[in-house]
Amino acid sequence: MSQFTISGSPHVHGEESVKKIMYTVVLALVPAILVSTYFFGLDAVRVLLIAVISCLFFEWVIQKYLIKGPVTITDGSAVVAGLLLAFNVPANLPWWILVIGALVTIGIGKMSFGGLGKNPFNPALVGRVFMLISFPVQMTSWPVAKPIFAEGLTDAITGPTALGLLKEGLDAGKTVDQILADPSMPAYLDRLTGNMSGSLGEMSAIALIIGGLFMIWRKVIDWQVPVSIILTVFVFAGIFHLIDPTFYIDPTFHLFTGGLMLGAIYMATDMVSSPMNISGKWIYGIGIGLITIIIRMWGAYPEGISFAILIMNAFVPLINNSFKPKRFGLVANKK
Amino acid sequence: MIALKTFKKGGVHPEENKISAHAPIQKLPFPKQAIVPLGQNLGAPSKPLVKRGDEVNTGQLIAKAEGFIAANLHSPFTGKVLKVDDAIDSSGYRRPAIFIEVQEEEKWEEGIDTSEAIIREIKADKQAIIDQIKQCGIVGLGGATFPTHVKLMIPDGKKAEYLIINGVECEPYLTSDHRLMLEKGEEMLIGIKILMKALEVEKAIVGIENNKPDAINHLSELAKQYAGISIQPLKVKYPQGGEKQLIKATVNREVPSGKLPIEVGCIVSNVGTAVAVYEAVQKNKPLIERVVTVTGKAVKKPSNFMVRVGTPVQMLIEAAEGLPDNTGKIINGGPMMGKAITSLEVPIVKGSSGILLMKNEESRRGIPQTCIRCSKCTIACPMGLEPFLLAKMAKLSLYERAETEKIMDCIECGSCQFTCPSNLPLLDYLRLGKNKVGQIIRSRK
Repeated sequence: MSQFTISGSPHVHGEESVKKIMYTVVLALVPAILVSTYFFGLDAVRVLLIAVISCLFFEWVIQKYLIKGPVTITDGSAVVAGLLLAFNVPANLPWWILVIGALVTIGIGKMSFGGLGKNPFNPALVGRVFMLISFPVQMTSWPVAKPIFAEGLTDAITGPTALGLLKEGLDAGKTVDQILADPSMPAYLDRLTGNMSGSLGEMSAIALIIGGLFMIWRKVIDWQVPVSIILTVFVFAGIFHLIDPTFYIDPTFHLFTGGLMLGAIYMATDMVSSPMNISGKWIYGIGIGLITIIIRMWGAYPEGISFAILIMNAFVPLINNSFKPKRFGLVANKK
Repeated sequence: MIALKTFKKGGVHPEENKISAHAPIQKLPFPKQAIVPLGQNLGAPSKPLVKRGDEVNTGQLIAKAEGFIAANLHSPFTGKVLKVDDAIDSSGYRRPAIFIEVQEEEKWEEGIDTSEAIIREIKADKQAIIDQIKQCGIVGLGGATFPTHVKLMIPDGKKAEYLIINGVECEPYLTSDHRLMLEKGEEMLIGIKILMKALEVEKAIVGIENNKPDAINHLSELAKQYAGISIQPLKVKYPQGGEKQLIKATVNREVPSGKLPIEVGCIVSNVGTAVAVYEAVQKNKPLIERVVTVTGKAVKKPSNFMVRVGTPVQMLIEAAEGLPDNTGKIINGGPMMGKAITSLEVPIVKGSSGILLMKNEESRRGIPQTCIRCSKCTIACPMGLEPFLLAKMAKLSLYERAETEKIMDCIECGSCQFTCPSNLPLLDYLRLGKNKVGQIIRSRK
């Protein structure tokens, strides 16, 4: 018997791990967490903590007592799911709704399919859409952003999101210019920095983009998915804006309001539920962009990215089968 | 600065760890007993010509090539044949080998020039070169050990345009080719000229990764005297030493799936092979020795040795000041594609480029977790395959589907497994799948 280890090559490993990837995502979310805490204060902290702790708790209970298998709550995936769930709800959401949302996220969105790596849909979005449909009132009364250091306004004030204002205004027959002139509509710069009403993580496009760049740099996500979504939304909304600017708002409005950045950078890029190959990632991203803008312009909801991502998630197996990576040696050679 | 050339698809960048790069090549003392395996080349093993009790000279033909893809084998030592018997090789199998009791005093076979003098003039013609290479048992020294004379016989209707010489040495740790380029540069270039003559090509390109600037400078300087040979620095990226990747990197051509490099007018050979060709053609010296790196993080004296074939691994390790206490794994070759060996008795063969000693803590794999579909393996695959999918198909015995998904294109470079965050044994499954699919393909004929 040999005293040496025998195994097939390769004998070295790149030191990449699931844990590292998950905690890189957590790290990438820090700027957005700070921004939401700045605007919503302790409410933000409360929502983030409840969501993360409930997700961890449900994963632990299910793995230990239902599946009776190994408990892997330290791998960070439940933390990420919890954070993203919290990012998708208003800061004043009652705690019990959030706990139910976490149960749906982990229980139905993730564990029912076999846990990490098996879920076809983004778990946090499953939880979010469940809450949106079950508790529409609580899920759509957003507190007005109130920077911690600013004076005035009390906590109790809620207001519609920029996208909500747009939808209501258009439904009421107003033109885009009239809607933008409405005093409750956040100004251009506020939309960029996040000083407006909305879900926790929808606030600051800048903070989200910083996190996104960090993840691209750390190779946790590919740039193709966010870029294709953002480009599609921009181009599609841009075309309609050019056709009729009184009815269709300028495309940058779409980019910096609602959950577009959050969805494009953090939700659609979820490794488990997005396509595996580069060409597939483009198709997936373009699909999400189109569905999002269609829902925003003509759908019943002011915001559509959650649905768009879930719909495209369902197409991922098909995309994976149809869009293969470019094989080496299958292209004709130019002599 | 201009961006350095490299191949485009996939690839990884493992820690280079070229700790033996500055150790000059040293001659290793002879062992008491040598084990010379009969199957040292790709293809059929050689047929022994000696029997127990025979006296052999250094360089004497002791086993003959059998079949088309086969190579001659010569005695690396002077001494007496003890037996022809099975011995454990680096794959862990018992395979036939010639055991030789080595005699201290060396007696070379007649007609072999053992002097150091460099012979520059190439007298042999095309056919004489190929015959001489065949006679001397030259095989590819990059690791694949494909008989070189077979490679030089271009099939009818094909024409070689480029001779590409592999000085990439993309495997971490290994430095044998690096040292060879520095110390035998002139011989190597003459060897390349000989190969060019045999192939009737005008252009030869030596691809060298940019982490060996001394070799690039040295050879560029020497190559001025040799028309048609150019030195091409390449960006450091694994697996650039793969034949298809190197062709892509140097001349930007893609070898079609399932085809050989000649399809795109290229022939690829290793720098070590070029030196062996020089010695065979100019000095009539058969392939009986090669440069082997002995290295590892715990090795006291990482070294490069000129080793006779048949020398047990044990002796190389002793020459590098012994086996470190915490050695957990011994690898014949580099960390990406080398084979873990079971015993220190395993002999050096024509294809051994290095002996890597890994510490206990380095030698174990991480615990496999579930696939998180991160697609890092797909991005890392230099052949544009989907390793996660192929591994799954192999696991589920879906061999027909694995074949249509091009499992046979896998070059077993290990980039997928290296990069997998879930520590999945992807290449283990891929090898299994390739094995089965290969059987299926062969059974169709």
